[in-house]
Amino acid sequence: MPLITYRQALNDALAEELTRDENVIIMGEEVAQFNGAYKVTEGLLERFGPKRIIDTPISEAGFIGLGIGASLLGVRPVMELMFWSFAYVAFDQMVNNAANVRYMSGGLMHCPIVIRGPANGGTAVGATHSHTPENFIANTPGLKVVCPATAYDAKGLMKSAIRDNDPVYVMENTILYNEKWEVPEGEYLVPLGKADIKREGTDVSLIAHGRAVITAIKAAEILQADHGISAEVVDLRSIRPLDEETILQSVRKTHRAVLVEENKPFCGVDAQIAFMVQDKAFDDLDAPIRRVSALDAPQVYSMPLEKLQLPDAHRVIAAVKTIV
Amino acid sequence: MTNKVSAQPPASPCTPVGSGLSHKEAPINAQLTTTQRIDLLRQMVRIRRFEERTLRVYQQGKIGGFLHLYIGQEAVAIGSISLKGEHDHYITAYRDHGHALAVGMTMNECMAELQGKYTGCSKGKGGSMHYFAPDKNFWGGHGIVGGQTPLGAGLAFGLKYRGLKGSCLCYLGDGAVNQGAFAEALNLASLWSLPVVFVIENNGYSMGTSLARSSAATPLAKRASGYDMEWEVLNGANIYEVRARTWEAMQRAHESCRPTLLEMDTYRYRGHSMSDPEKYRDKAEVEEYKAKHDPINLLRADLLADGTLDVATAEKIDEEARAEADTAAKFADESPFPPPEEIFRYVYWETDHPEQRTSHGRLFFND
Repeated sequence: MPLITYRQALNDALAEELTRDENVIIMGEEVAQFNGAYKVTEGLLERFGPKRIIDTPISEAGFIGLGIGASLLGVRPVMELMFWSFAYVAFDQMVNNAANVRYMSGGLMHCPIVIRGPANGGTAVGATHSHTPENFIANTPGLKVVCPATAYDAKGLMKSAIRDNDPVYVMENTILYNEKWEVPEGEYLVPLGKADIKREGTDVSLIAHGRAVITAIKAAEILQADHGISAEVVDLRSIRPLDEETILQSVRKTHRAVLVEENKPFCGVDAQIAFMVQDKAFDDLDAPIRRVSALDAPQVYSMPLEKLQLPDAHRVIAAVKTIV
Repeated sequence: MTNKVSAQPPASPCTPVGSGLSHKEAPINAQLTTTQRIDLLRQMVRIRRFEERTLRVYQQGKIGGFLHLYIGQEAVAIGSISLKGEHDHYITAYRDHGHALAVGMTMNECMAELQGKYTGCSKGKGGSMHYFAPDKNFWGGHGIVGGQTPLGAGLAFGLKYRGLKGSCLCYLGDGAVNQGAFAEALNLASLWSLPVVFVIENNGYSMGTSLARSSAATPLAKRASGYDMEWEVLNGANIYEVRARTWEAMQRAHESCRPTLLEMDTYRYRGHSMSDPEKYRDKAEVEEYKAKHDPINLLRADLLADGTLDVATAEKIDEEARAEADTAAKFADESPFPPPEEIFRYVYWETDHPEQRTSHGRLFFND
C-alpha cells in the first residue's frame, strides 16, 4: 500500500469529491493561486478552474456566511480556515446560522457545508493561533465535528464530510500534514461517528482524538516495552457523532481508562467522555478515570514551554502508572 | 463606474405625496393593471391588519419572547417583492412578518408560529423572528442583526454559480449597517459581482438608538461607494418609487450581475418590540408620519384620486384583511402545540432521514 502524507490524503479527498459532484466548490484564503497556506489545496485550481476553487479575501464571517447561503441553493462549499483559530470571527455564521437554519425552519432547509483547516498547538504561533475548538463545536446541536489523526482517516472522513447533508467541521493538524501513512489507492469512505482501535491492548484504554492519538500510540509502545503494560488505543476520529459503543467496549475489556487530548481540560471533550464512561460502565471500572490534556493556560509561545504544555508520551505513561 | 443618488433629491418619508408621480409613470408601474394596483394596496393592508391582530394576541399573553411589528414599513416589502420572478430570492432580519406575507405565506401559518403551534410555518421551532418559506424563495427570518447579510450574498452566489438569471434581495435595518458581517458581505458582493440587492429599511431607530446616535455618516447607502457599488436613497413610503427603483436594481442584478445598495426611508409606528416604552421619540413625530406619510394611505389616496378604487372597495379590502387576521388568530388558538418529541426533530438532516443515514454513533447527548 502506498505511503502518502496526511496533506496529500486530504488533497486526494477534495479532488475526488470535486470530480464526483459539480456542486462541490472550495473557498478560502489562499486556497487557489497560492495553492493553500499549508498546500492542502495544491493543484486544485489548475485542475478544476477558478469557478470552483475560489480565493477569498481575509473575511471569514463574510465568506463562511456566503457559503452557508449558497448551500441553501444546492452548492456544497468546502471552506478552508487557514487556522481554526480564525473561526472565532465567524462564529455567528458557523454556530447561529449553519447550526440552526434547519431547526428554526422546521426542517424546510438544510446546510450541506464543510469547514476545514488545522486546529492545533505545538508550532510556536502563540495563543491566538493555537486553538482547538472541537469542544465548542460539539456543544452545538446541529453541527458535526471530526478530528482525523492519520492520512487514511483524513481522506475517508473528508469524503464523508463532503457528502454529508449536515454542516461538518473538520479539524486537521499542521504537525500531521507531513506525516506519511499507508493509504489504499482508489476510493473509500470512513463514516462519521465510528471510532477506530489503533492498537489492541488489555490493561488500560487510552482514549484520544486528533494528534493526541499519535501521542497515545507512542505511550502504548513504551508502556509495553518498558513496563509490560498492554494499552489499547481508541481513536475517536469523530467527536459528534460519537462512537459510544467502541469506547465502552474497550473500557469493559481493560477496566481502566486514560483520556488524552490536546485541548484545554475544562469542559473539554474528555470531560464528556469521562462522564459517559462512569455513567454507563461504572461497574466495569477498576480505577478512577484519568485525563491528560494541554496545561490549562493560554497557549504559550516559548518552544520548550509549549512542548511541556501539550500532552506527551511521558505524561500519558505517568497517568497510566497511577491506575495500573 | 458612476455612483449616484436618485434623480430626485434624496427622499424621505417627509416627501410630499405628489412627488411619487414620476415613479408611478415608470414602465414597471405604468404596465400594472387595475387589478394589480388594487392588489398592491390589498397586500399592504393585509400586513397592517395582521400585525395589529398579532399585537392583541401578544397582549393576551399567547406569544412568547419578542414581537417586532412591521407597521409603517409595508410599502418596502410589498413594493419590492411584487417584482418577484422565478429566480428572485429574499432574505431578511427579525422584523420579517411583512416579507413573509408578501411572498405568499399564509396568515394562518404565521400566526400559529407566533403562538408556538405545530401548524406554524416552522412548526413552532422558530417564532416571530424565524419565518421561512424556501418554496416561495424566502430564506428567513434571521434573529442576529446583520447576520443574514452574508447569507444574502451567498444566495446570489448560488444563483450565479448555477447559471440562473435572478437576484437576491437582502433586507436589513439601519442598525445592521454597523455590523462587521455587513461590511464583509458588501465587499464580497462587489468583488465577485454577485446579483444581490441589499435593502436598508431605514426606520430611523436601531431599537431605541436614533440614526444620529448610531451611524457616523449619512446617507447610509453611501457606504456602497467604498465598495464600488451602485447605491441609491429612496422614499420607502411610496410604493411606486420602491417598485421603480428596486426594479432597476434587480435589472442590474439580472443583466449585469452587479450588486446594489438601496436605502429606503421608512418608519415604524410601533416600538422596536413589545417591551419598548418608546421614550426616545416624541409621540408627535409618530403622529406626523401616520398623518402624512403612511404608505397605505398614500397608495389608497392615489388609487381613489385616479378612479382605480372606490371607497366601498377600499373598505371591503380592509374588512377582508381584518377578517382574515381574525380567522388566523382563531386557527392559531385552536391548533395544537407540538408534541415533546418534536424537540429532537430537524436538528440534523440525517436523523430526520434515518433510512439514508451514513454516519454511526450518537448524535444526541441527553441524560
